[in-house]
Order: sequence, then structure tokens, then C-alpha cells
Amino acid sequence: MKRTLASRTLRRAIAAAVVSTVVGVSLAACSGGTSSGGGSASDIDAALKQGGTITYWSWTPSAEAQVAAFEKQYPKVKVKLVNAGTNTTEYTKLQNAIKAGSGAPDVAQVEYYAIPQFALSDSLVDLKQYGFDKLKGDYTPGPWGSVNVGGKLVGLPQDSGPMAMFYNKTLFDKYGIEVPKTWDEYVAAAQKLHAADPNAYITSDSGDSGFTTSMIWQAGGRPFTVDGTKVSINLQDEGTKKWTATWDKLVEGKLLSTVPGWSDDWFKALGNGSIATLVTGAWMPGVLESSVKDGSGQWRVAPIPTYDGQPANAENGGGGQVVLKQSKNPALAAGFLKWLNNDQDSIKVFLKSGGFPSTTKDLNSSDFLATAPEYFGVQKINEVLVDGAKNVSTGWQYLPFQVYANSIYGDTVGQSYTSNSSLNPGLQAWQKALVDYGNQQGFTVSGK
Amino acid sequence: MASVTDTRSPRTRTRTRTRTTPSHAAARSNAGASSGRRIRKSPVLTIVMILFVIYSFVPLVWLIVNATKSQPDLYSSFGLWFGKDFNLIQNIVDTFTYRGGIFVQWLGNTLLYVVIGAGGATLLATVAGYGLAKYDFPGKRAVFAVVLGAIAVPGTALAVPTFLMFSQAGLTNTPWAIILPSLISPFGLYLIWTYATEAVPTELLEAARMDGASEFRTFFTVSLRLLAPGIVTVALFAIVATWNNYFLPLIMLSDPTWYPLTVGLSQWSAQATGVGAQPIFNLVITGSLITIVPIVAAFLVLQRYWQSGLAAGSVKQ
Repeated sequence: MKRTLASRTLRRAIAAAVVSTVVGVSLAACSGGTSSGGGSASDIDAALKQGGTITYWSWTPSAEAQVAAFEKQYPKVKVKLVNAGTNTTEYTKLQNAIKAGSGAPDVAQVEYYAIPQFALSDSLVDLKQYGFDKLKGDYTPGPWGSVNVGGKLVGLPQDSGPMAMFYNKTLFDKYGIEVPKTWDEYVAAAQKLHAADPNAYITSDSGDSGFTTSMIWQAGGRPFTVDGTKVSINLQDEGTKKWTATWDKLVEGKLLSTVPGWSDDWFKALGNGSIATLVTGAWMPGVLESSVKDGSGQWRVAPIPTYDGQPANAENGGGGQVVLKQSKNPALAAGFLKWLNNDQDSIKVFLKSGGFPSTTKDLNSSDFLATAPEYFGVQKINEVLVDGAKNVSTGWQYLPFQVYANSIYGDTVGQSYTSNSSLNPGLQAWQKALVDYGNQQGFTVSGK
Repeated sequence: MASVTDTRSPRTRTRTRTRTTPSHAAARSNAGASSGRRIRKSPVLTIVMILFVIYSFVPLVWLIVNATKSQPDLYSSFGLWFGKDFNLIQNIVDTFTYRGGIFVQWLGNTLLYVVIGAGGATLLATVAGYGLAKYDFPGKRAVFAVVLGAIAVPGTALAVPTFLMFSQAGLTNTPWAIILPSLISPFGLYLIWTYATEAVPTELLEAARMDGASEFRTFFTVSLRLLAPGIVTVALFAIVATWNNYFLPLIMLSDPTWYPLTVGLSQWSAQATGVGAQPIFNLVITGSLITIVPIVAAFLVLQRYWQSGLAAGSVKQ
């Protein structure tokens, strides 16, 4: 008797559990809907006044303090800050959440190279409806161009990365090397340095797609052109060949350190004089100061070398924030975004964390330009960096599947690096893989 | 009352039976014989073994040595020897307090996933494996085929479909997204099944039934004890799998408050990259060392069962 009673109770309990699970599923499925209705500038003020909760994905070191400052100013708004991973980890999660139709944040940090990928899949809110296009004059042209994709304004820029050459002055002085102004001089410096000290290299590069695209950009190449879903790729255009002609000398001559970027060995090499220069974005000083303590007093900043001695520059790294279409409160999300990347209270926090802004007002403020860190031997580094921002050439486009493109860079161009042979065959292999992939993904991709 | 005294006698009988289970005896005599032979006759094998020991221990030694270094010391000292200062205590303190003690939270999450996920997997595998081994019912062969098929599909391949399914159900970014898939252990089920077929004699169950014990009672008082080595093996497999689970939580969770240690540590490591990089390699290393301590302890405590259980799985088909 007891046994049958017990098993009946059990059966009933299981049935109840199953029913409640099914109900839970269907309820959750209902709440997964998206909203992306139109809005206007006045909606933002209303949303901020009314308050609410939004989620913000970011891995920037300044995010926590910025959110705290925002919540202090708008006590009714609660911003849930989530570090969903650094760069590609976050993009994968964002892509998954978009595909799944739920789980995406309201606002997310996305680097410039990845913005087209999310913009062209129609996952981002066009901020023109809130009148954000009027903010154009507040930002430098490079970053502003990066958040305008296919006629839509899909984000607001946060930082920027006009390139510059960071060099170890102690090392240069020790071997009597002049600061190179052209790429030919740079190659000569690489040879001289490595001949004098076999453990020292002009820079480290074992194949970094972000660096490659920036260098092609600086050389005047425009290998990617995107018009809606029509994409054309030409990784053998004039600019690209100009860059490979120079860089091949370093790759083939084994003049580059193969220490992978951002590894512990790399941080070590930046401090002990085995890597002499870094050609990278203007956001680098903050990283050097906080993470390469041994390099203090040794590093300086110079304009990026050019091909003909005439100033020419590109952007490397940097990103902005976007509002996702999945957001249930896009007006509030846009309000937070505008504060985050346009309000002085927020930008102040950002600058304090060592970031390099994209707002012209801050770039040209006398305080910013007068900054002379001890780390850089009291050089007024921002004068050099801001000057570099003015020379960034326009018209650069990233692929609408750049995240994927970067992920297979090592399999193709990386092989040229490991075999110390010309980069051109590697770039052609990369192009072929990209054309195939793009066509599979539904783009119309042509390779030249 | 009568039935209680009756079940006791089979229990004592079973003890002697487990001791003489063929696989156990075989494993033991095998180990004894071969170890003696190796030392005397095969210097080549000894050298190979030494190489393997070195191969397995160098990363561990590296981890222990480098957990004692500060971040700048990591850059300026030789990898396989100690640095200038002994920083282990400070590193441990920093690991547990960095970003408001998020590491403690991750440790708690991992324990939660292991206790509920691996514990549940063991329970389900035991009950189901035993049921399949000892009861006849229509469709048994089909279940057998499905279980065998499930073993062949790696969990990683199912991660993305599982993610899409869970996000439809609104379960992503919750602990359920990790616990529910962890509950399924086809390999564990198969192991218990083969183990139960041999280790639990059907006559014994019939004797218990004759004495009027219910099926549940027989299971809990007779079979469970006989299955103990198998259960511990399955538990160990499940604990290791859940403790090391990386890919599933990586795609299921976006909120660090639910991360297990594996994903959390990889996030700390990735923090060294790009704009606004903040490398904390010393904490990543110390955190990794702390992460492996419980699993090493579990292995040392449970390895006897692990070995005998492995032998059981391999011998019986």
C-alpha cells in the first residue's frame, strides 16, 4: 500500500514538474521578443527622467567608474555592468545572443573593426533617430567614419588610435641610431640594431591582422570595399604592395622578434630592451605606464614613419559603444551612450584611466596637450599623438566579417611569417579564403 | 523485522564476492607481476617512464614556482626557478580579493556546478545504468543504441545547439545552463550498466525479492553497496569533467558572476590584450594553482576506485 501511494505521489510530482517546466519555457519564449521602434531626441530626456535598468557590456578599465558616475547623476537609472569578455570573446557572445534572439545587452563596447559586422546584420539601433548625427563635429574624422556604416549611425566613438612610433630611446642612443622618419630608415635602423645586438629587434611581429590592416591603410591601400552586401577584396592593391615591399625586408631578413604580442614574454621584452619600437595606436602610453614598469624613462614617442617623408597616418585599435536592437529600452540605452561618450564627466574618468579620446575638444585641450609624463622622460607625448590624429587618411573600410577574417589571418599570412618569406602569397591565400567565406555567408564577394 | 535480518546475510556474502570479482583480482595480479618485470628487465621502458614523469611534472613545477612571483618578477626572472621575492602569500591574498573577491565567487560557482551537476550525473547514471542492467523491458536495445551513440558525440559538438535551445527556453546566463547539461553522462551510465551486470548477481536480487524487499529497498540496501566502486569511478569522471568544463560555460554565460573558475581565469588572462590592457599574469598563475588543488586532492583520495573502476569498464563488454 505504502509503496503504491509513494509511487503515485512521485508520479504526480514529476508530472507537475514537467508542466511547470513547459510553462516556464513558453513564458520565457514570449518575453524574448525584440523592440526597435522609432524614437526621438526628446524620448531620451524622458527615458532618463523616468529611469529603468539597462545592461552594459564592456571590458574597458574605466567602465566601472563611469557607470558609478552616471548612476550618481541619474539615480533612477540602474546600469548593470557586465564584463562579458575581452574583444573576440565578447563578439562571439554578442553574435550568439543576436542569433538566439535574446540575451544581448542594451549597450555594448565594440571595437571599430568589428562594428560593420554587427551593423550589416541589422543588429544595431540607428542613432540618427535621436539626433546623434549632430554630434559629428565633436569627434575626429577617423573614429566618426568607423561608426557610420551603410548610411546609418550605429554607435558613438569612445577612444581612438591614431598610430605613432613608440621607441626605446636608451637603446637607440646606445647604438647611435637615429629616429627613423621614413620606412627605409626604419629598415636600416632594424639592420643596424640587430647587427649590434643579436638579442634586440626593431619590433615584434609574428603576424597580427590588426597591425597589417592599419599598415595597409597608412600606405594608402583600400583592399576592402563594402557596398551593402556587395564586397570586393583586393589584397594586392598599390598600397598593400607598398607596405609588403617594406615589411618583406624585415620578415625575410629575420629582423622581427617573434614574441607574440600581449604575452608575458612581450611585456618583458618591452621592459628589458629587446624590442626597440612599437608602431601602434595612441592608446599605448597607458599600457606601457601601467604594465611595463621597467621601461620607465626609456620610451619616447615619434610620428609614424612614412614612405616619402610626407605625413600620412592610419588608425589602429580603438572602439566605441553601440545600442543593440534587442534592447527593450533603446531610448534609455541611447541616453546612457550619449552621456558615456559625449559628457565631460564621463570623458574625464576615461582620460584618468589613461585612455586616448576621440573627441576633438579633449584632444585639443591645453591640459591634455601639456601632459608630460615622467615615464616618457617628460616629453609632451600628446602633442605628437594628436598631431598624428590629424593625418589619418579617410575612406578606409573593414569587412562585414572582419572578426572572422582576423581569426584566420594566422593560418594564411601567418605562414609567411613563420617561413620568413614574402607576405604577398600569404595575403593572396587570405583573400581567397575570405572571398570563399563571404560568398558562403550570403555576401556577394569578388576578389581582384 | 524478518526481512531486515534476511537482507543482512546477502550483504555479508556480497562483501566476499566483491573481493573476488574477476576483474579486481586480474587487475591486482597484473599490476604486481608487470611492475616486478619492468624494473628488472626493461631499462628502455624505465627511461620512457621517467621522460613521461618529467613531461607531466614540469608544467606543475612551473606553476608552483611562478605562483611565488610578483608581476614584475615574472618578467625579470628565469621561468623554472624562484624570483627575487617570495610572493606566494601576497599572490593568494590578491587572487582572493581582486575585483571585490570575484575569484571566491567563481570558486563557489565551480563547487556548485560540481556538487549538483556531477553529483546529479552520478545519481542518474547509477539509477539508469542499474535499471538497464537488471530489468528487462521492451525497447532496451534501443536505449542501449542511443546511449552508445551518445558516448560517440563529443560534448563540444553539442554546445552550440544546446546554447540555441537553452536561449529559447530563457535559461542562458543562469546556473541551470551549466547544471542541466552536466547531469547527462552517457559514459557513466554505460560504466554502471556493465559494472552492475557483473557486480550485482541477479540471484541476490531474487533472494531479496523472495524475502519481500521492495525494489527500492533492494536497490538501496543491496545493490548500492555492491556498486560503490563503480559509483565512485563515475563520480570522479563527472567531477573532473565538470570541474574542467570550459566551452559550455564560455558560450552559455555572459555574466561573470556565474562563471566557473576555468572561464574566469581565462578572462583574467585575456585582460592583458589590447587597448587598456591590464595584465595580471601573477594572479592568473596563482589562481590556476588554487584551482588544481581540489582536483588533485580528489584524485589522490579516490584513485584506488578510479583504477578498479577503469578495469571494470575495460574488461566487461
